[in-house]
Amino acid sequence: MRSFNTLLLRDVQLATRVGGGALMGALFFLIVVTMTPFAIGPDLALLRRIGPAILWLGALLASLLALDRLFATDHDDGSLDLLMMAAMPLELTVATKAIAHWITTGLPLVVIAPLLGLMLNVELHAAGWLALTLAAGTPALTFIGLVGAALSVALRRGGLLLAVLVLPLTVPVLIFGVAAANAAILGSGPFGPPFTILCALSLAGLVLGPIAAAAALRHGLE
Amino acid sequence: MQLKAENLSCNRGGREVFRNLSFGLKTGEAMVVTGRNGAGKSSLLRMIAGLVRIASGRLSLEGGEPDIPIGEQAHYLGHQDAFKPTLTVGQNLQFWSGFLGDGRTVEGALQAVDLASLTDLPAAFLSAGQRRRLSIARLLAVPRPIWLLDEPTSSLDAPSQQRLAELMHVHLLDGGMIIAAAHGAIGLERARELKLGLA
Repeated sequence: MRSFNTLLLRDVQLATRVGGGALMGALFFLIVVTMTPFAIGPDLALLRRIGPAILWLGALLASLLALDRLFATDHDDGSLDLLMMAAMPLELTVATKAIAHWITTGLPLVVIAPLLGLMLNVELHAAGWLALTLAAGTPALTFIGLVGAALSVALRRGGLLLAVLVLPLTVPVLIFGVAAANAAILGSGPFGPPFTILCALSLAGLVLGPIAAAAALRHGLE
Repeated sequence: MQLKAENLSCNRGGREVFRNLSFGLKTGEAMVVTGRNGAGKSSLLRMIAGLVRIASGRLSLEGGEPDIPIGEQAHYLGHQDAFKPTLTVGQNLQFWSGFLGDGRTVEGALQAVDLASLTDLPAAFLSAGQRRRLSIARLLAVPRPIWLLDEPTSSLDAPSQQRLAELMHVHLLDGGMIIAAAHGAIGLERARELKLGLA
């Protein structure tokens, strides 16, 4: 448990320092969402209809942005070797890093999403529901991305490869995320089923992602 | 406690690095691995640390904790120092102490390598030799019986090399084991030598 706390604290600390890139994703999210109304024009009804999709797409791409740093920095300075030599199982180490990564990149997206929703003509109370769908769905994105990050750890400029690997796997999260958000904002269908599937995807990711990522890291040892 | 290697072979990138390597190392003993560049010195250390796959052969630690992998009872001091430039010297070491060990304070370890006065300095400002000394402090902050040292004296000045020799001596007296890869003398007089790449 102490190893868990220590690692979590260090990763959060590193991400929020200069060059850590914690708010990079949130900033990117902000840019995408603020530019959309300018591109689409002042059609409030249209904005309201596509708002959830834009917000979810922005969050998806933003959460990919810092993903290649998840293991790359530790790999480059030799920390990864020592992380693997610890008594804590590698699966747990990897899960801890993913949780720290979500706290520093996913959580800011959830927090600013209601505010950005206003720009897309989403009312504040509906934006709260939308943030809830993001809170339920972005952990799944992080845990899926974790596997891609572990696979591409030894590659220089693995970012694009990472996106190609990870994006197809995130399609279900996007579908159910937007479905739940639409249900909350427009009332187009039930909110429960897509939202529970979203939660299920995150929980499955929490269990399976670290196992797959640890296997990928071990395989990459040679 | 005895570290025993039987007929170890190592393949990296499809190339055979060494083959049928056997040795035994008891508590309180040190071994210096020598050989030309590319002979497999670092590969052997990383293999013992559990960071390189064993192609064939057996590596065992007799009399140790049988259920714990050897890598978890060993320290690996490699070419990379595993310190984050944005954290301070103290924070860096305290992290490894908490993550690898029992989280004890690291003041003593920093004093032993003469870095106590730099505790609050970000690691980015350390010189190569100081980074090396900080790595050595990690060996002291978390007690583990096996030290795997890859050219430990590189970029250390003469007094620091002397200090390292003393620390290694104390570690051996405490019942530790040291396997070091080196090109020159590193201050382990009674160490055995394992020559790689003779075949």
